[in-house]
Amino acid sequence: MATRIQKEARPETLLLNMGPSHPAMHGTIRIMLELDGERILNSEVEVGYLHRGFEKTCEHRTYFSLLPYTDRLNYVSPLINNLGYVMTMEKLLGVEVPERAQYIRVIMSELSRISDHLTCLAAMAMECGAFTVFLYKMKAREFLWDVIEQTTGARMTTSYIRIGGVRADLHPDFDTVLKKAVDETRRVLKDVHGLLDKNKIFLNRTRDVAVISAEDAVNFGWTGPCLRSAGVYYDVRKAHPYLVYDGLDFEVPLGERGDNFDRYMVRMKEMEQSLRIIEQAAVRIPRSSGTVIADGLEPAKAIRASRSKKVREKIRLSPNLEGSEKTLYQGILTGKQGCAVPPKEDTYTTIEGLINHFKFFMRGHGIRPPKGEVYFSVEGGNGELGYYVVSDGSDKPYRLHLRAPCFHVVSALEFLIKGRYVADVIPTFGSMNMIGGELDR
Amino acid sequence: MEKTALIDLLRQKFPREVKEAKVDLGDEVVVIEKEALLPVVKFLYGKPFAYTLLLDLTCVDYLGQEPRFEMVYHLLSLSLNKRLRLKTRLSEKDLRIASLTELWKNANWLEREVFDLFGVRFDGHPDLRRIFMYDGFEGYPLRKDYPLRQRQPRIRLRE
Repeated sequence: MATRIQKEARPETLLLNMGPSHPAMHGTIRIMLELDGERILNSEVEVGYLHRGFEKTCEHRTYFSLLPYTDRLNYVSPLINNLGYVMTMEKLLGVEVPERAQYIRVIMSELSRISDHLTCLAAMAMECGAFTVFLYKMKAREFLWDVIEQTTGARMTTSYIRIGGVRADLHPDFDTVLKKAVDETRRVLKDVHGLLDKNKIFLNRTRDVAVISAEDAVNFGWTGPCLRSAGVYYDVRKAHPYLVYDGLDFEVPLGERGDNFDRYMVRMKEMEQSLRIIEQAAVRIPRSSGTVIADGLEPAKAIRASRSKKVREKIRLSPNLEGSEKTLYQGILTGKQGCAVPPKEDTYTTIEGLINHFKFFMRGHGIRPPKGEVYFSVEGGNGELGYYVVSDGSDKPYRLHLRAPCFHVVSALEFLIKGRYVADVIPTFGSMNMIGGELDR
Repeated sequence: MEKTALIDLLRQKFPREVKEAKVDLGDEVVVIEKEALLPVVKFLYGKPFAYTLLLDLTCVDYLGQEPRFEMVYHLLSLSLNKRLRLKTRLSEKDLRIASLTELWKNANWLEREVFDLFGVRFDGHPDLRRIFMYDGFEGYPLRKDYPLRQRQPRIRLRE
């Protein structure tokens, strides 16, 4: 079927297709360009190649079991997606989260933010020819993902932040790994500043390219680093503070011109601020309430023993459940009945625990928020990541809608590249941080 | 007190059009008549409120209720640092509403999304086409009467 641009194109111009499988299209997006020589007269952006029906699927999953789907939205910073969904539900349920869990959430979401920005800028720099920068940044990201992997057990699809708290407590060795990651990231940021900030090639392709005014950025619904690069001060962490962000000291970097270079610079500076937040949070985080049990009864033995008497010994959980021992539970998960998975030790050895477990996971039971609707947003890697949930009182959302920040950013692409050269598409698109999973849902 | 100020002023200015206004879980929610969407939004867009950022625009299908569809708009005022939720109901028989593309540029894609997934038509939209689903897709997948595992025949790329 003929698209708009095919119908409107003049006969003497050239139509060029970029994507959906083009190395610079970061996933799947199609840009059709109407060219006069190298100059773009008109363009049409086609999205939807990665549409998985996230919202439809969520309507058929329980509130607990849809969490892994949120990992797969912005797959570079899954923890922030988890956080957004979970905090929306907590707002609806009225759940209080323990302070330690709040600090863990802050650390995790800032780590994700840095890895998000690193990925975006790494790809952008690589497409401008700076392959070294790409490798440096990927190296830093690996260190950050080491921290995430050690705590959550996964690198990308974490499903770590749960309604009521987090899944597991921090690893005992967390501080050392975190310090290493922070130091390495700082070093990489310094190197990248040195490589790119005054680099003639990079500046030529980004400075004053794809300039957006503050009014236009607001009019396009931009949020996050892209909006701030146009000089608008709006950060959800400052404007509507959540978790413990209002107690932490950080700045919101702003750009001046709203061009590609400013979008790069704002992200670079934001990473430094995120590192500051992480360092502060790592110091202020309350101590863990319990200790990890190294020498407990094995679950199989405990179950056998529970047939004849009440088990009083401590139980050692399987390594898969490391960090979610009952002794650690109160520090990281809410005590509100029916909002969090009951401790596994109870499930294994007591009948009440088993019933609670079944009640939590059984269809029609589990987390059942009151009737109503709620909107909550957190500052994601790309901007305001908002969830709108309509509850009808059952265990499944009646409607779940995601406000994907990069949907709004990418919708301005046609406007930004109009009248520019073909080569400008690449850094412009790179600076937007298009994430297919989030854009197409 | 700001909260009630907005709601009071809206009620004063649009006594018939504002059906309901309340504060729900800390968010201001205003339910209006469908015809009043553009005037109300334009009023909010201007001073003193300056709700200049369209955060989100979506639709909810209340199958079995009349009117069946509900449009939900989330606006943000950068100067007041406040969010507002505007809601209006649409009947299935007359599934049209004014487009906000003249005020916000991102309304273009957002309204295409709602058209694609719910079948709501926007009057005044410059280019109302499907955005996520392909041309030739039948039905509106986010409607409640569209089955989760519905399959559709493949369409040929070229005739």
